[in-house]
Amino acid sequence: MATADTPAPRLRFARIRPGRIITWTLLMIGGLLMITPLLFMFSTSLKPASQIYDLRLIPASPTLANYAEVLSDGRFLRWFLNSSFVAITVTAANCFFDSLVGYTLAKFRFRGRQVVFIAILSTLMIPTEMLVIPWYLMSAQFGWLDSYWGIMFPGMMTAFGTFLMKQFFETVPDDFLEAARIDGLNEFTIWWRIAMPLVTPALSALAIFTFLGNWTAFFWPLIVTTSKELYTLPVGLTSFAVEQAIQWEKIMTGAALATLPTLALFLALQRFIVRGVMLAGLKD
Amino acid sequence: MADITLNRLVKTYGRAEVIHGIDLAVADGEFVVFVGPSGCGKSTTLRMIAGLEEVSGGEIRIGGRLVNEVDPRQRNIAMVFQNYAIYPHMTVRQNIAFGLYTSKLGKTEKAAKVEEAARMLDLTALLDRRPAALSGGQRQRVAIGRAMVRDPAAFLFDEPLSNLDAQLRAQMRIEIKALHRRLGTTIAYVTHDQVEAMTMADRIVVMKAGHILQAGAPMEIYDRPADVFTARFIGTPSMNVLPVAGEGAGLAAAGAGAPLLAGVRPQALRVGAPEEEAALSLTGPVTAVEPLGPETLVHFTVAGQGLIATAPPHETPGIGAEVTARAARGQVHLFDPATERATGRA
Ligand SMILES: Nc1ncnc2c1ncn2[C@@H]1O[C@H](COP(=O)(O)OP(=O)(O)O)[C@@H](O)[C@H]1O
Ligand SMILES: [Mg+2]
Repeated sequence: MATADTPAPRLRFARIRPGRIITWTLLMIGGLLMITPLLFMFSTSLKPASQIYDLRLIPASPTLANYAEVLSDGRFLRWFLNSSFVAITVTAANCFFDSLVGYTLAKFRFRGRQVVFIAILSTLMIPTEMLVIPWYLMSAQFGWLDSYWGIMFPGMMTAFGTFLMKQFFETVPDDFLEAARIDGLNEFTIWWRIAMPLVTPALSALAIFTFLGNWTAFFWPLIVTTSKELYTLPVGLTSFAVEQAIQWEKIMTGAALATLPTLALFLALQRFIVRGVMLAGLKD
Repeated sequence: MADITLNRLVKTYGRAEVIHGIDLAVADGEFVVFVGPSGCGKSTTLRMIAGLEEVSGGEIRIGGRLVNEVDPRQRNIAMVFQNYAIYPHMTVRQNIAFGLYTSKLGKTEKAAKVEEAARMLDLTALLDRRPAALSGGQRQRVAIGRAMVRDPAAFLFDEPLSNLDAQLRAQMRIEIKALHRRLGTTIAYVTHDQVEAMTMADRIVVMKAGHILQAGAPMEIYDRPADVFTARFIGTPSMNVLPVAGEGAGLAAAGAGAPLLAGVRPQALRVGAPEEEAALSLTGPVTAVEPLGPETLVHFTVAGQGLIATAPPHETPGIGAEVTARAARGQVHLFDPATERATGRA
């Protein structure tokens, strides 16, 4: 037994090829580059104001005072809730509307289908910066300035999400939908109860992207809101910067707190991003 | 339960007509098998009956009711697909219960029906599993269960066994047949496998290129095929069909342009059969032998055409040897070479 066991470790080491080592090294460097700003953010949030220009990664005298201060500041909580409300609402809206339209484009044949699809795709080519003025004019016309709806309406449905969902729904075999049609479900229920559960990986990805995009959105919320009570977190945090002196330690503390919901969301949804769920009901 | 009637049924996709006005009456409780080569329009016909494809012309009646414009869910039919199409995100129990989606039964009655179906299909132990944890045969049984719980007017099966291995296919053939006997529900079943058609059907409907060539009981089609295509499609190995000349007892192989086509099944063309009583004698060199156990298939050529005869198990001729195989009187099917329609027997 023992003699038979000994060669195994040697074999495992032999399998690590030089190509692997280079790949790992590059990935490691990339990872470090990505995580360094985050580490500095956390580090700064733990430093007292007097030490923030001391660029050591490990704070000399770590303190939670910034957290206590930021959390007890009513404005921060308000902005946090604003951001949560906006991001959750827009994410839910995207999951619903993008899927519904994507499904229709993927699974129904109707006159004008291609035209609609191309029209949706073409909006992908227009950068947000160019849309901000029309959005602003529109909001002004309809009286949406300085309101939650004003912050949210441009993102309630996105071309990207529609495109993503359409591509995924195209991979759902028609047999499932036809079986459901025969079982007596109406078309809306087929979409909701049969097609949607089959695209949960795409739906989770869409939810994460949409939430992140809206959670970190800065430009449009800054433009459309004027009252501080309506600020989202990124807009609010930068206002720390312009009151009196720039309070980096507070900004970093707010930013550190702001990463928590996105982390939580990712951890909650990543288990749904599992491939191969769909094919299990079909032949191998 | 219900009968199904197709009247001059037509299907066109764009400008291409793929079903050319077929007529068929399926009796209440009958097990009808549509058989034909891939692309002949079997699935299209079945899907029109299900309501998944629009009818381009003619009419479909289920239980006497014209259903051309009726939604699938209002036709009260159940369908089982080649790929099973059971929902992967639901357990076996939920999948079967989905067949009762529109049913007005109470919760406990529904649960009882699901249990009952599971018991009949030997799925009871698997009720709380998901499809990913089932074998192909089990998945197809779940699909059948989902169809069964509804007590539909008719079952439609589209090549339900094609994805199973040969052994499981043979077993499921028997199970489905037994299920039909027990439930007595009308079944329309599509397959390209003539063995399935022969073994399961009350009546076989042979289709080719959007037409029905012949409809009849399995043995009737086997014994009296209406044309060369049906004759060759039903039965394994395929019937030998060759041009012949002569009359009565004196049929002999002839070249192309001969006045008749003769068809003889390999099982009826016997090596070393007695000369008297023979309607057709064919002699040629052996190209291959396939011992099957109970008998041996002997491949040989006559006038350049490959034919198959059978020999008794222990009298296998060698390759290259000349053999003479004969078919007894009454065993030779005659076809008109121009129309390929059956004209009689010799
Ligand atoms: N959606 C479709 N569009 C165009 N042609 C189709 C479509 N579905 C089937 N056909 C054609 O109709 C014919 C019959 O198809 P089908 O009924 O699926 O054959 P089978 O089930 O007998 O193999 C085929 O020639 C096929 O190419
Ligand atoms: Mg087919």
